[in-house]
Amino acid sequence: MAAGFKTVEPLDYYRRFLKENCRPDGRELGEFRTTTVNIGSISTADGSALVKLGNTTVICGVKAEFAAPPADAPDKGYVVPNVDLPPLCSSRFRSGPPGEEAQVASQFIADVIENSQIIQKEDLCISPGKLAWVLYCDLICLDYDGNILDACTFALLAALKNVQLPEVTINEETALAEVNLKKKNYLNIRTHPVATSFAVFDDTLLIVDPTGEEEHLATGTLTIVMDEEGKLCCLHKPGGSGLTGAKLQDCMSRAVTRHKEVKKLMDEVIKSMKPK
Amino acid sequence: MDGAMHTDAKSRAETGTESGPRGPGCSLRHFACEQNLLSRPDGSASFIQGVAEKSREQLIRNTCEAVVLGALHPRTSITVVLQVISDAGSLLACCLNAACMALVDAGVPMRALFCGVTCALDSDGTLVLDPTAKQEKEARAVLTFALDSVERKLLMSTTKGLYSDAELQQCLAAAQAASQHVFRFYRESLQRRYSKS
Repeated sequence: MAAGFKTVEPLDYYRRFLKENCRPDGRELGEFRTTTVNIGSISTADGSALVKLGNTTVICGVKAEFAAPPADAPDKGYVVPNVDLPPLCSSRFRSGPPGEEAQVASQFIADVIENSQIIQKEDLCISPGKLAWVLYCDLICLDYDGNILDACTFALLAALKNVQLPEVTINEETALAEVNLKKKNYLNIRTHPVATSFAVFDDTLLIVDPTGEEEHLATGTLTIVMDEEGKLCCLHKPGGSGLTGAKLQDCMSRAVTRHKEVKKLMDEVIKSMKPK
Repeated sequence: MDGAMHTDAKSRAETGTESGPRGPGCSLRHFACEQNLLSRPDGSASFIQGVAEKSREQLIRNTCEAVVLGALHPRTSITVVLQVISDAGSLLACCLNAACMALVDAGVPMRALFCGVTCALDSDGTLVLDPTAKQEKEARAVLTFALDSVERKLLMSTTKGLYSDAELQQCLAAAQAASQHVFRFYRESLQRRYSKS
């Protein structure tokens, strides 16, 4: 009976739940789904992390390679993110070149890395003007159930914390790089940006962490990326219904609490990994 | 039903063209926004569209979709083509203004007008509205907002750089005040156009 109503009038079905200040999966309007993170599962990558936000699953693998630094910044390395939304994660994606959503997500992650200065690009330089590290961060979605941006940002952060780069010395005589695989150092992660996404319903209600169905029914979305000092790295609102300044303020406070939750989870996982 | 609009904002200029409802059998997609990269203002041409352009297209398209009353024109595809003639800073805001004016010129029914405003915050926290390209490069943070004309609500926002919550509210308030001038410009331009004919 309820399933029939849901198929025929999905928006009305949702409105009935929202009137009681809850959602069909039992969550409150400001509650996130269960977040789980698994670090270091891919042994062939230099750093990896798997993040699950409810059903949404994103895995991030980081590979480090050598490259010549850019001509206009000879003391900087590169961080190249790429988000892949393959057909296996949802029936809405087809195989072939990356669709618009994947490209927008890749640009979003690139912006977050750039704005938050999560890694100082100067740290990736080995020999100015000659050799630098390039970190290829590949984020692949394994299950798409809404809120992909939050999961990607968290997976990227966790994977970068897991990356260990071997020490490289340039041999003076042969001018070749010598890699010492026995001595590895962790990256210097300066800030911890955490993304919080909201969906706007009927131009008025804001719900946190939308699922795939909720995103489809929403009239707008908003993503806030905050670091630990409360500074904003990104306020991504791609169109949709309008928001007043006061509503934005409520979103900010929710983003601050979410940051604390995520930071605590990350610290626990890192601590459990350390004695290796 | 084609409309073309030339909005001159200081040293920046854009042309947007509108195509009206096409016949049946066209794509089911309701709206398309394409940032034309076939010819750049410096004369170069490129056929490869990068992720940054795709991201900007999505922003402009979703802003237009929020205000256009699409239900009045079912089975219709509305294409907004934006050609950058010269870029002297605040490009995205100018694109949004041009898109809005082109939609008005084409007679597409909308629930509100929208305008784009860019704010730049430099290293000591001073707010600069509508920054030039040089000011944007030197700024600590650049925030672009799209505001609607009815209640000055925030329709779209995209930001670059680090800034605090208080600075965001400050920029938003300044943008809302500045949007009045843009809407007045819209009104005056349209009055001028229709008083001649």
